[in-house]
Amino acid sequence: MDGRRLDELRPIKLEVGILDKADGSAYIEHGRNKILAAVFGPREAHPKHIALADRAVVKCRYHMAPFSTDERKSPAPSRRELELSKVIRESLEPSIMSEYFPRSTIDIIIEVLQADAGTRCAGITAASLALADAGIPLRELVAACAAGKIDGKVVLDLSDIEDKKGDADLPVAYMPKSNAIGLLQMDGSMTEEELKQALDMAINACKTIYDMQRDALRRKYHIERDESETEEVTEVKA
Amino acid sequence: MEGLTVLAERKQLVGPGDVLAEGPYFAGENTYREGSKIFASRVGMADVIGNKLIVMPVKGAYIPRMDDIVLGRVFDIGMSGWQVDIYAPYPAMLPASETPMHRGRDSVRHDLRSIYGVGDLMIAQVIAFDRTRDPLLTTKGRGLGKVTSGRVARINNTKIPRVIGKKGSMITMLKKETGTDIIPGQNGVILVTGRNPDQELIAVEAIYMIEREAHTTGLTDRVKAMILERMKGITVGQ
Repeated sequence: MDGRRLDELRPIKLEVGILDKADGSAYIEHGRNKILAAVFGPREAHPKHIALADRAVVKCRYHMAPFSTDERKSPAPSRRELELSKVIRESLEPSIMSEYFPRSTIDIIIEVLQADAGTRCAGITAASLALADAGIPLRELVAACAAGKIDGKVVLDLSDIEDKKGDADLPVAYMPKSNAIGLLQMDGSMTEEELKQALDMAINACKTIYDMQRDALRRKYHIERDESETEEVTEVKA
Repeated sequence: MEGLTVLAERKQLVGPGDVLAEGPYFAGENTYREGSKIFASRVGMADVIGNKLIVMPVKGAYIPRMDDIVLGRVFDIGMSGWQVDIYAPYPAMLPASETPMHRGRDSVRHDLRSIYGVGDLMIAQVIAFDRTRDPLLTTKGRGLGKVTSGRVARINNTKIPRVIGKKGSMITMLKKETGTDIIPGQNGVILVTGRNPDQELIAVEAIYMIEREAHTTGLTDRVKAMILERMKGITVGQ
């Protein structure tokens, strides 16, 4: 433990729109995790046969940089990364109004620059912001956070050491407005009671993260907002 | 920002999932209804028109609409027409029959290339698009056709209305002060043609300034001041 309370999140920093070449992007620092998310699209589907007639195809690539871990990680996509790409995509897909862009694709790229447990959750949080930044219609933002168990105690947001010493890890992706869970996985073992407690804890944390996400979006477009308010005033005068 | 049950403030910055209103309102562009509430689906400025709520997006992909004037680039030539990149999620098709030079010719491959080659830029109009099929273009009409001179600025299509301004105030000013002709494509591509390259450069610079500061007050005046300052520079140089 690093001196946090059992139900305390690691410090989170969010930034929106930091890549010029992507249609939308976001950067997250969640504890010692550093993750970039970029979104391209909606754009033409390639190859053409993957396109769907009634909605956009959402593609996701989760990747860890070779220098993101203690020991050099092979840059080739591992089995784990493929699985995470899939679960991340599935947790974000319900929030995307992909029916607005039939026959096109939306690409989500998540690059982990530095990993310290909970990268899938931080990745989802950042990717959802990147989607919003790309101007893609969303039902709402998706926030994600993990809870776990160490020494028989349910704790929130495990770091790498905590995760390795702990007994269980429970990543959750959550949409606060519709009260829907988009991702729920578990490593290790917990009793039913502990599971409930951990889930509640994670969902509460997701709500906190959701507010941070909205703040981050607002910060990005903050100047525009303030000035548009003054614009309204001048219009009235004129 | 949220929590106002009846109505969000006008011209307020909203994000995906934010509540805009509750009650007998219509959900307009970039909003959606769930139960009795209306939510935003994109980042943008909320606005009310009558009893319809809309969100004016700050960023996003260009979705073609009928009658839009767009600037596009030929990327492929087929037997009966051209494939044109109009910077949308869908490639546009310009059938040979939709060019004024087509009359009385038979569409042999060689023949088409003499009208538009790959890489040619053109001003075209969208004649049909319904998301189930790729957009169709025409170059029949006044002002439409191949672009042979000028300079191109590319901005996000959501900022085009700002470049044009209220009742065309901004674009009239731009044309007058820089002495150029400006054709804004609804897809965010803007063609600037002037007597000399310096004028074009200044106009392009002004357009990018408008994109950056799209939501500020008195923008027309500030852009004008910037242009006047620059124009002084070139007359001295001549």
